[in-house]
Amino acid sequence: MGVQKNKTLDSYDAIEDIDQLAAPVKTIEDKWKLVPAFLQIKGLVKQHLDSFDYFVNTEIKKIMLANQEILIESDPSFYMRYLNIEVLSPSIEEGYNIVRPITPHECRLRDMSYSAPISVDIEYIRGKERVIRKGLIIGRLPIMLRSCKCVLYEKNEAEMAKMRECPLDPGGYFITRGTERVILIQEQISKNRMLIEKDSKDRFQCTVTSTTQQTKTKTAVYESKGRYFLAHNSLTDDIPIVIIFKAYGIQSDQEIVELVGYEDHIVNSFSASIEECHRLGIFTQMQALKYISTRMKSSTKQFASAQYANRNRIDEARELLAHIILAHVPVKVIEYNYKLQAVYTAIMVRRVIQAQLGHVNVDDRDYYGNKRLELAGQLIALLFEDLLKRFNGDLQKVANKIIPRQRASQFDVVKHIRPDIITNGLVIAISTGNWTIKRFKMERHGVTHVLSRLSYVAGIGMMTMIQSQFEKTRKVSGPRSLQPSQWGMLCPSDTPEGEGCGLVKNLALMTHITTDIEEKPLIRLAQNLGIEDITMMNGEEIYAENMYIVMLNGNIIGATNKPKKLIDSIRFLRRKGYLSEFISVYTLKKQRVINISSDSGRLCRPYIIVMKGQPRVTSQHIQELTLGQKTFIDFLRQGLVEYLDVNEEGDSNIAVYEKDVNKETTHLEIEPFTLLGACAGLIPYPHHNQSPRNTYQCAMGKQAMGAIGYNQSQRCDTLLYLLVYPQRHLVKTRTIELINLEKLPAGQNAIVGVMSYSGYDIEDALILNKASLDRGFGRCIVYKKQVVSMKRYPNQTCDKIKGPLINIDTKKPKWEHEVLDMDGIVGVGEIVENKQVLVNKYTPSSTTMTLAEQQSSATAAGNVFAEPEDKETPLIYRNPVPACIEKVMLTSNHEDMFIVKLLTRQTRRPEIGDKFSSRHGQKGVCGLIVQQEDMPFNDYGMCPDIIMNPHGYPSRMTIGKLIELLGGKAGVLEGKFHYGTAFGGDKIVDLSKVLIDRGFNYLGKDVLTSGLTGEPLQSYIFFGPIFYQKLKHMVQDKMHARARGPRSILTRQPTEGRSRDGGLRLGEMERDCLIGYGASMLILERLMISSDQFQVDVCNQCGLFGYNGWCQYCKSSSDVATIKIPYACKLLFQELQSMNIVPRISLKTQI
Amino acid sequence: MASMNNIRTRIKLEDTEILHTTSTNFPGNYSGYDDRLNLDEFRQNLQVQITSLDDTTSEFDLIGIDAAIANAFRRILIAELPSMAIEKVHVTENSSVLPDDVLAHRLGLIPLRADPTLFIDKVAADTKEREDDTLIFKLKVACKKNPKAPTDGDDPKKLYINSNVYTEHMEWIPIGNQITKFKPEDIGPVFPDILIVKLRPGQEVDLKLVCHKGIGRDHAKFSPVCTGSYRLMPEIILKKPIYDEDAEHLQKCFTPGVIELEQDNDGHRRAVVSKPRLDMCSREALRYPAFKDSVELNKIRDHFIFSIESVGALRPDQLFIDSIKLLMSKCDRLLQEIDGNINN
Repeated sequence: MGVQKNKTLDSYDAIEDIDQLAAPVKTIEDKWKLVPAFLQIKGLVKQHLDSFDYFVNTEIKKIMLANQEILIESDPSFYMRYLNIEVLSPSIEEGYNIVRPITPHECRLRDMSYSAPISVDIEYIRGKERVIRKGLIIGRLPIMLRSCKCVLYEKNEAEMAKMRECPLDPGGYFITRGTERVILIQEQISKNRMLIEKDSKDRFQCTVTSTTQQTKTKTAVYESKGRYFLAHNSLTDDIPIVIIFKAYGIQSDQEIVELVGYEDHIVNSFSASIEECHRLGIFTQMQALKYISTRMKSSTKQFASAQYANRNRIDEARELLAHIILAHVPVKVIEYNYKLQAVYTAIMVRRVIQAQLGHVNVDDRDYYGNKRLELAGQLIALLFEDLLKRFNGDLQKVANKIIPRQRASQFDVVKHIRPDIITNGLVIAISTGNWTIKRFKMERHGVTHVLSRLSYVAGIGMMTMIQSQFEKTRKVSGPRSLQPSQWGMLCPSDTPEGEGCGLVKNLALMTHITTDIEEKPLIRLAQNLGIEDITMMNGEEIYAENMYIVMLNGNIIGATNKPKKLIDSIRFLRRKGYLSEFISVYTLKKQRVINISSDSGRLCRPYIIVMKGQPRVTSQHIQELTLGQKTFIDFLRQGLVEYLDVNEEGDSNIAVYEKDVNKETTHLEIEPFTLLGACAGLIPYPHHNQSPRNTYQCAMGKQAMGAIGYNQSQRCDTLLYLLVYPQRHLVKTRTIELINLEKLPAGQNAIVGVMSYSGYDIEDALILNKASLDRGFGRCIVYKKQVVSMKRYPNQTCDKIKGPLINIDTKKPKWEHEVLDMDGIVGVGEIVENKQVLVNKYTPSSTTMTLAEQQSSATAAGNVFAEPEDKETPLIYRNPVPACIEKVMLTSNHEDMFIVKLLTRQTRRPEIGDKFSSRHGQKGVCGLIVQQEDMPFNDYGMCPDIIMNPHGYPSRMTIGKLIELLGGKAGVLEGKFHYGTAFGGDKIVDLSKVLIDRGFNYLGKDVLTSGLTGEPLQSYIFFGPIFYQKLKHMVQDKMHARARGPRSILTRQPTEGRSRDGGLRLGEMERDCLIGYGASMLILERLMISSDQFQVDVCNQCGLFGYNGWCQYCKSSSDVATIKIPYACKLLFQELQSMNIVPRISLKTQI
Repeated sequence: MASMNNIRTRIKLEDTEILHTTSTNFPGNYSGYDDRLNLDEFRQNLQVQITSLDDTTSEFDLIGIDAAIANAFRRILIAELPSMAIEKVHVTENSSVLPDDVLAHRLGLIPLRADPTLFIDKVAADTKEREDDTLIFKLKVACKKNPKAPTDGDDPKKLYINSNVYTEHMEWIPIGNQITKFKPEDIGPVFPDILIVKLRPGQEVDLKLVCHKGIGRDHAKFSPVCTGSYRLMPEIILKKPIYDEDAEHLQKCFTPGVIELEQDNDGHRRAVVSKPRLDMCSREALRYPAFKDSVELNKIRDHFIFSIESVGALRPDQLFIDSIKLLMSKCDRLLQEIDGNINN
């Protein structure tokens, strides 16, 4: 690419004098600087913050307006009305009426939720008077960190430091009960849009999922045996489409046909439907409504009847048509004017016919323009509205109950406000990830995840992760494969392997997700721009040759015969900044539709606008940007740059490089490397790698140890891995700089020699230099948290912590208590060993009965009452490797009385079996640690930190790693950092030049001398620095062996798993091998003797188990024998007996 | 015969491989050569030429020995010569940002100025600090706000007192007869300005540093050299005369100084090899077809350019002599073992 770019430059210089106009487009220097400018205003998690801000500032008010009034049946004069709603700043209530502001870090440490009160102003009737109350708290809303309500909003580094917060932490997550949780981005098919698909019976159908504030329904129009039907969940039968039209009030057949289309082929296809309607004898609207009303499901009837008690079935059918079928299409309810819905339905029918005739193609569900992403703000809005409805319902119920009963005191609704419904509802949803929305009958699990703090990249990767609604178990390739429309929006590399492959995606670097934009001004604008009201037109006019239907977010708002003018005007206004920059317009040529979108959840990204073959952005502009005279906002406002969503992208002609710009070009890419996400962006030279390698690295980058934040020593995570000496990447990328990874790196630059050494480097194993490890290479710190909570019990007792037990003779604490301070909690800085006590806690023996009750019950039973001793419930350190106590924290929160948090620390140096990886998906474990003097060395006396086997290269084809080594070597020699940015980066030629100039071989291959023989090696060795990551998988956490140990209670077989000191299972396949081999005694030994051998007495008469040589069934001991069987077998027999199956054992004498 | 000689004495650098790396001159391998060990001949051929020598670094040529012996010196230098290093840290107070173990690790790597020959190895079971096997330092530094600090600056060095803890803060505590045996300048960190840890007001470190004698094989901190290594003397042969532009080009293919241009009688500039020692074997010349046949790159098998960078406790020449002594004692030991076995 770089070479080609140069060519453009050269040719440009040559022609410049002759004809400047014909000159190819000049490259815009440093246009990548627009990327940091964009990230400065948008940030990496801006989509989360934007959506939450939108909810807190706008949507919550809309929700309040939609659920404004509470009325009751028993007293018509009573009402309660919300006047205003507001989210205050985060605070906590410490005891009654003590409220103080809180910082996120305190919440993390104290296991609390970071939330802010929701305050409302209400107006209501108390007795006979009207009362206005302001500032009532109806619940608490968990606050997204760094959102506009967060205390960290727009704070500088010093202020953040004061609040113990890392300035590089992206925010965008919640803290509930002390854990950081992210609401993942959810991918969905877009709502309120017509989609042509094939159904299970291979028929064409047009479906619309209508979503409004109240309901979510799916309507489908399909063809069967030449006739068209409308299908809907609330209908028992599918209704012939013509009946629907008649019910909409379009009774004339001609009008119906015209609405669908006047063209011959369409009329022909549609005629059968008309006939059917005649056959059914339905001619008028009334007849049609009656027909529909008999086919309504009872549940729908109930729904209708609950709201409108005394209506007849015809009205119910009307209601159904207006509010449930195609619910998103507005209906003028008072006069029941269904014209718009009729047109909408007609278009659906028309689309099906066109699809059948092959005029239009089936829509692609996987096309990313048909997808919408649901963010934290929207999900919380859904939940909040549901909870508010429940909250209102509860108030209504209480009022309904109490008001009719006249009481001395007046009914004051304020006294019955219970904020827990909303508070708990939100906190529980976020902390469990279960999203239950009653009105949509929605039940989703795993919406939130714990924010991974393994490394800084893992945290960022999590914030850009998109979860798909598809089932993970289904073996479908469509939704999993990379769609061309995802270009630039989603990272092509960053997806997990295995079941989530392709379903879990990640945003690219410059992607933004839109929030809702007010529709009304847009409709007015469109009307001013000359669109015509479609309800005034007949079919012939609507489907005229040059007539385009204009749709706004899936709703018809009119039609125009000057489509280009309309589109150009909207784009012009958008570029001028009169319209929101996130509004998009695009056309469907075949269907003759102009779509305007202003809905939320669309993916979009900025592009440079190209006019008349020239990019609007010039080097001059970029210079102004560098000098700080311009910001990205200015670029938007001045119409130099604009956002395109996926749909509009399809209508545009976008050049990736300046050299590709021609007359037709409408936009120019800002920088191609932005098509990768944050995780893939840290790979140097990814465009030289085989693509799966980049995907592997995306997964491994999240497991790399390093620094996780400036506040890492202040934190108290359950598990925290840190590198002692993390280093900046010698070969960096623009993305690394943009996501601040240089400030919190996760790895070290190791000098790597690519050669074979001993036999301990096969299968990707690495050889490490012991001296390097001595000097701190790969050294890491592991922090583990342990918590003890002191509970209070119903009988007024509570947990206690007692001091260490002192041996009377030696006057010293017993060994287990050696590390305890006098308060019974381990001292900071102590080194604890396996099975030593960390917190000497005691629990009362009875937690329900009070002392007096225990005494009385004891005397009643005739026993002498002795004061019960407390049970020992200590916290014990269980790990064969000792650890040091880093921190002891005592605190309290609402749920538990007191919490003791302990942080243990282990410093580990790499050992054999620890896992390392470069940034190219090349992982390997340490196979051997070699003394420095045994390592090969070059002419300068340098020996490698890592020796890597060259067999790792040919099949993996990670050329990027080779170039990284060259870049690193050149960088070290020059004392600078080289770039390996995707689709760019420093060129190999330049790197080789540096090597030559410094007296090194241009290929990066050095003469190495063997440290063992002292003679030169026979081949030249590729030698230089590569950035290596230490991954979290360490031998120490996995090593496990067992000779004898615990057994499970039920089966008496050895326990399972390392954590329970379990046995190593001889599985059924291993068993098969032994059977095949004929090693019967070994099988017996493994499966019974060493597992759960048990002696039972069996009566040979009845075949049942006896006991102690006696058969209870036969009442004899004559035929009882003792045999050895597995305990599990005995258990099975007894369980079978308990369900009336008698297994009998018959014994034969051994021959 | 010439090529045979080449194989025996030269290592040849080809474009993609290195030829004749192993020494083959063991007795009886070549007819016509007497490769039997001959002490007089060895003495005659052995040369040591010191190129540079100062307190910490030294470069010298070792000519006329086998790679195995040169390598033995190198290995002994790195792994077997003893030196003193901080082995134990007693932490009374450490409120710095570094955890105790990381701080101790950093301290361990500090090079110490103390003659290891004056100490004996520590007996592992012996917990007492004895004057002949232990050195003790104290490191007690507390950080405070500087009352005289300028109000506008944000340089921590000016704002706070003792914001950085350097090796100069280490204080030697003599035990037993050490106070008479050593002068204060004999004992201490080699460099006064190694940063150990950074502190902020209110933070403090109070440590007792216990140093023992050890060898590099146990831990790299005991290694008395930064590195001890050698390379073979390069030999550049111009098989054909190279003139003018080609000569200039050839000059650029090597480290500056390796190739000089000589004015010829007929006005041409001719390339001559002047200081092959400077070449670092980049093999750049072999890349160009023009030079492929006219340049030959070799290394002289028995000419070792040895370089020793001492950590600072002992002078490099002393270290090398120590390594020779150690090798000799090893040989003696081996001989004794053999004799002993035969006698048995």
